[in-house]
Amino acid sequence: MAKYIARRVFYMFITLFLIATATFFLMKTLPGSPIASASKLTPDQLAVVEAKYGLNEPLPVQYGKYMLNLAQGDLGNSFQFKGASVTDLIINRLGPSFLLGAQGMILGVLIGIVLGMIAALRQNTIWDYGSTLIAIIGISIPSFVFATTLQYWFGVQLGWFPVALWKDGWMSSVLPSIALAMGPLAIASRFIRTEMIEVLSSDYITLARSKGASGFEVAFKHAFRNALIPLVTVLGPVAAGLLTGSLVIEQIFAIPGIGEQFVKAIMINDYSIIMGTTLFFSVFLIFIILVVDVLYGVIDPRIRLSGGNS
Amino acid sequence: MEKILEVKDLQLSFHTFAGEVKAIRGVNFDLQKGETLAIVGESGSGKSVTTKAIMRLLPESSSEFKSGQILFNGKDLTKLSDKEMQKIRGKDISMIFQDPMTSLNPTMTIGRQITEPLLKHQKVGKTEAKKIAIDLLRMVGMPKPELRIKQYPHQFSGGQRQRIVIAIALACNPQILIADEPTTALDVTIQAQILELMKDLQKKIDTSIIFITHDLGVVANVADRVAVMYGGRIVEMGTVDEIFYNPQHPYTWGLLSSMPSLDSADEKLYAIPGTPPDLLDPPKGDAFALRSDFALAIDLEQAPPVFQVSDTHYAATWLLHPDAPQVEPPAAIVERMKKFPGSRYYEGVAR
Repeated sequence: MAKYIARRVFYMFITLFLIATATFFLMKTLPGSPIASASKLTPDQLAVVEAKYGLNEPLPVQYGKYMLNLAQGDLGNSFQFKGASVTDLIINRLGPSFLLGAQGMILGVLIGIVLGMIAALRQNTIWDYGSTLIAIIGISIPSFVFATTLQYWFGVQLGWFPVALWKDGWMSSVLPSIALAMGPLAIASRFIRTEMIEVLSSDYITLARSKGASGFEVAFKHAFRNALIPLVTVLGPVAAGLLTGSLVIEQIFAIPGIGEQFVKAIMINDYSIIMGTTLFFSVFLIFIILVVDVLYGVIDPRIRLSGGNS
Repeated sequence: MEKILEVKDLQLSFHTFAGEVKAIRGVNFDLQKGETLAIVGESGSGKSVTTKAIMRLLPESSSEFKSGQILFNGKDLTKLSDKEMQKIRGKDISMIFQDPMTSLNPTMTIGRQITEPLLKHQKVGKTEAKKIAIDLLRMVGMPKPELRIKQYPHQFSGGQRQRIVIAIALACNPQILIADEPTTALDVTIQAQILELMKDLQKKIDTSIIFITHDLGVVANVADRVAVMYGGRIVEMGTVDEIFYNPQHPYTWGLLSSMPSLDSADEKLYAIPGTPPDLLDPPKGDAFALRSDFALAIDLEQAPPVFQVSDTHYAATWLLHPDAPQVEPPAAIVERMKKFPGSRYYEGVAR
């Protein structure tokens, strides 16, 4: 197992190197530069500032310097916030994003699993159709439409929760978390329904019933664990995306999270934040995928063994 | 002999998109304590459905008991609630399935799977149940049961898995064991081992077995009595000797003729022509008439009643009617009948 994880970490560094390189050059093809928007500067002043930040050097040299710093764990300083290191900026923004993501994920997956189980156990009844309807709504309505609807009804009309901003503590996190939950909810309920229906028709379920197990025991002791595997696969990347901040939702609710900072950074060409956040997302996603692979083994003993040998 | 199970005029249908499939159309049989009853017939004849109906394992949404009774120790199983049925399943009646590769839960240790019925039906604690499970595994011939009890199904071979399934089925010493083609998915040497094991265990725990198969070789090996099913009905029933050496129904003749034997190696193997009847719209008369070389005019008009051949032997064919013409069964069947005292071809040759 340790050997397996060590090799995965090695691959992770190769992946990160490729992502960093691609992002760096893609980013440099964006029109403008961090200081180009400050149009009040004279060409002489501009040259001085560019020289200060090393922006006048040839691209390969800039790339080399960045990668050298990166190898030492230094993500550089932000262009827009004077002297603030990118690492600090990301860490400061992590809290709200992580809270929203975790709440949205847990809420969505739990409700999704319940809906999916109900749909599978009451197949082709009003319960099933109702659960399907909710899933379709969750998948097909864009999150920004759903988010603004929530803001209008529960923020403006009913006044139960703050409309936006991050000022009322946990209450501020409720509406954005619900908005974030719709995606995982829809995915979880559909996957669980399909898998449960398939698992429930398998031979070992008939055997479990022939032993005298009740409907509840069959569904939860025998079928559920076998239905979880495909769900874990799809939910891994979804979790990574949610936990590191949803760009759209944070923008709409004016949440000071990573996503919101990322969008702003792209608009004003804050190179070091773009690079830093991209790499942070990547590390997180790769880590989650590793966790998912380890989880497979926990859920399914057949995978546990082959994973250990490979 | 004591009757343990009695199926009376059982009729069962499936509701499908195409309409009502009359899968079982009036099945009658009984099971004695300690005997092995084999149900034979081709795919779709209703043999599996009959036993799943006894266990009430058919999907309730699409299947329906039309009439009849399944009396187990005097209780009608068709009338029991789900809860009452759960108390019988695995304790009084249990089942072995066809494919051991898929009939064990892949994410549960076999120990948990074996102890589950024990914990459910018998007042034993976890440690006690584990001890019984180890004993059961030893009883079905599993080496090192103390170690293997912690393993998962994928760590066992097909034959071993079927032994585990048998151990699960026998955990609570059931009165009836239903074996639904338990050896079909296994290769021939393992088949023989599993059959031997089942015969041994039957003697040990004195259970009755309903053995479903389409392998007549297996039937001759294990069964006391045989029921031949066709088109959702039992067309002939008798002791093993009666079915093998004095068969009366043309379908039984066909089945026996299509069985390879050691001395028929050079001949082309007989096959029953045609296909099974469509039970969405069952034929009016004898379901086998259209495929039979021996069909009478009345076979197409009216379903034959059951004619008694002996105390233990009966068949549903018009050929047994006093007014029916005498027909000559196929040569291979006549050869068999020559060896059976009481058949009209008996030659008094000792077999």
